[in-house]
Amino acid sequence: MPFQSDRRTGAALNTNVFAPWEDPQAKPLIQFQNVTKRFGGFTAIDNLSLDIFEQEFFALLGPSGCGKTTMMRMLAGFEKPTDGHIMLGGQDIDPIPPNKRAVNMMFQSYALFPHLSIWENIAFGLRRDNMPKRDLEDRVEEMLRLTRLEQFARRKPHQISGGQRQRVALARSLAKAPKLLLLDEPLGALDKKLRQDTQFELMDIQEKTGTTFVIVTHDQEEAMTVASRVAVMDQGKLMQVSTPDRIYENPNSVYVADFIGDVNIIEGRATANGDEAYQIDWAEGQSPLTATSSTGFSNGQSCHLAIRPEKVTISADRPADAINAVQGKVLDIAYLGNLSTYYVELPNGTIIKAQSANTRRISRRSFTWEDPVWLSWTATAAVLLAN
Amino acid sequence: MGRPGLAVVDGNGCGFAGKLMRRALLIAVPYVWLLALFLIPFFIVLKISLSDVELAIPPYTPTLDLSQGWSGITDFFSQLDFENFVWLTEDDLYWKAYLSSVKIALISTVLTLLVGYPIAYGMARAPAEWRPTLMMLVILPFWTSFLIRVYAWMGILSNEGYLNQILLWLGIISTPLTILNTNTAVYIGIVYTYLPFMILPIYSSLERMDESLIEAAEDLGCSRLKAFWLVTIPLSRPGIIAGCFLVMIPVIGEFVIPSLLGGSSTLMIGKVLWEEFFSNRDWPVASAVAVVLLLILVIPIVLFQRNQQKQTEAEQ
Repeated sequence: MPFQSDRRTGAALNTNVFAPWEDPQAKPLIQFQNVTKRFGGFTAIDNLSLDIFEQEFFALLGPSGCGKTTMMRMLAGFEKPTDGHIMLGGQDIDPIPPNKRAVNMMFQSYALFPHLSIWENIAFGLRRDNMPKRDLEDRVEEMLRLTRLEQFARRKPHQISGGQRQRVALARSLAKAPKLLLLDEPLGALDKKLRQDTQFELMDIQEKTGTTFVIVTHDQEEAMTVASRVAVMDQGKLMQVSTPDRIYENPNSVYVADFIGDVNIIEGRATANGDEAYQIDWAEGQSPLTATSSTGFSNGQSCHLAIRPEKVTISADRPADAINAVQGKVLDIAYLGNLSTYYVELPNGTIIKAQSANTRRISRRSFTWEDPVWLSWTATAAVLLAN
Repeated sequence: MGRPGLAVVDGNGCGFAGKLMRRALLIAVPYVWLLALFLIPFFIVLKISLSDVELAIPPYTPTLDLSQGWSGITDFFSQLDFENFVWLTEDDLYWKAYLSSVKIALISTVLTLLVGYPIAYGMARAPAEWRPTLMMLVILPFWTSFLIRVYAWMGILSNEGYLNQILLWLGIISTPLTILNTNTAVYIGIVYTYLPFMILPIYSSLERMDESLIEAAEDLGCSRLKAFWLVTIPLSRPGIIAGCFLVMIPVIGEFVIPSLLGGSSTLMIGKVLWEEFFSNRDWPVASAVAVVLLLILVIPIVLFQRNQQKQTEAEQ
């Protein structure tokens, strides 16, 4: 994740940042304008507006049934919006059937034609355009090279591995050089290791071809890794649209904070305490917590404090300079190899997760079950959310 | 420590012999089945086809007389000849009947495919909860006697039949159509009777097809019709081939439908066979007709088996 953030959005390293969404002059490639989609009585997409820019790698992220696949199918032309319009390059594409759109899709099942060879699968779309034979052959060979499939060209889809099939599906959907490529859970069928390799391959290919990619996924790690921007969806609405690091560090709601990564949510009441600083009363007999927030809260307003486990420090004694510190005892330890997550129970029953890197061998671990410990974090570590 | 090892070896040896026995038995069962139910009857028919007709019981000669010992056996074999097969080539009735049977079988297979494919396609596209019911409706006619269903068609197709009555009542025709006792009636009967054999294999190949393949074809620039032609048809090909063979093979030898619905001009080898056996009581010629029919059918049966085998290999 950090690698990705640096490359795509890291302002510190790169002066020429790719961020057309921050440029008011930039013309979006795709515009959802108040799009609603209903299936019978069920509203899959609820009055949604969204701009996606050229050369973006845009991820639609959400739990199953949130409407992300419907969004993609509307872009491909398999579904029509009930209300509103979808514009592609300034043109309303609602009346255009799927076979006439400059949009191609990579299907979740890959949908490779089992009766055709890999070569013929890739050539399938080009043949529909009556491309001259020589150009067609060149284009197919180019796609085979791009996806490193040259030696499999003559095989049938059932004679190659899952990872290779995934690349054939990608090559086939890229062959027609679409303005927009849609990827429906492209890596869902691959095992974890292959998935990670393929993510970087996808990013490479996206950069090489300069195609706009829209990817649908329920895997937040995948979305964070590949995407220039992520849209978190829930029940047909966009919850937040932003770069992966902002989604993670500055979620705008408890839902987003909770959906992306691991988080501790503490409910309380905010009281202003200096400039952009708030004091949060959260439990009887516990000293109030301190957090900063640029969004304003009125005194006594109920709020949620979201703290990532890795930003919580665990220690045996109360750190002298800690602004926020609570005491509890270790209830459980989740050992993840490189990291350990400590589930610490406070006297009032609240459980707070703290994560720390396993820099020492497990036999020399500082804390174990039932140990009394102190948890501490800084004023800027937590995000204060209204809902 | 040596003893248990020895025991294991012994056990293996015993198990190996036992396994061989079991395997031999397992292989023997289908061979015995084949021998009893196919090869022995076939050789009896073949033997009759090599005999001569005689007014006796049974109506052919020679019969094997084992009481005379070795000379009886040699005598028996010396009297067998290919006379009846030669006769089949001399009278043009037979090869015309074979040819006509193959022609009727081919045409009715194509007709059955044309009627059956849309039905199978519709079934495969129907909502999943309807499919068992639709399947039931296809199979349902089998629960009534085949003969009764063909008789029912006589009632429908005859000059005073329901079809003509309805057409007259609707004013589409002014004089009754003559359908019964023509080849048209035979085609109607065959298509009706053999339709399930065409529908079921095509349905099973279409039902397994991934819906997203059609969407992928459309996404890549195909119209609906083109996607059907380039994806659906090739993917249902094994079902089409299986259905065609399942219809064609039995139709070549069909007897009941042409004799009940067909007219005097309908020439099919099944009918010729029946007449030789029961009208002429010429068992040897009838047997020769049957043997040649079997040889003709072996070709499509082998092709059919090869198709089935290729399909199972492709699925692995």
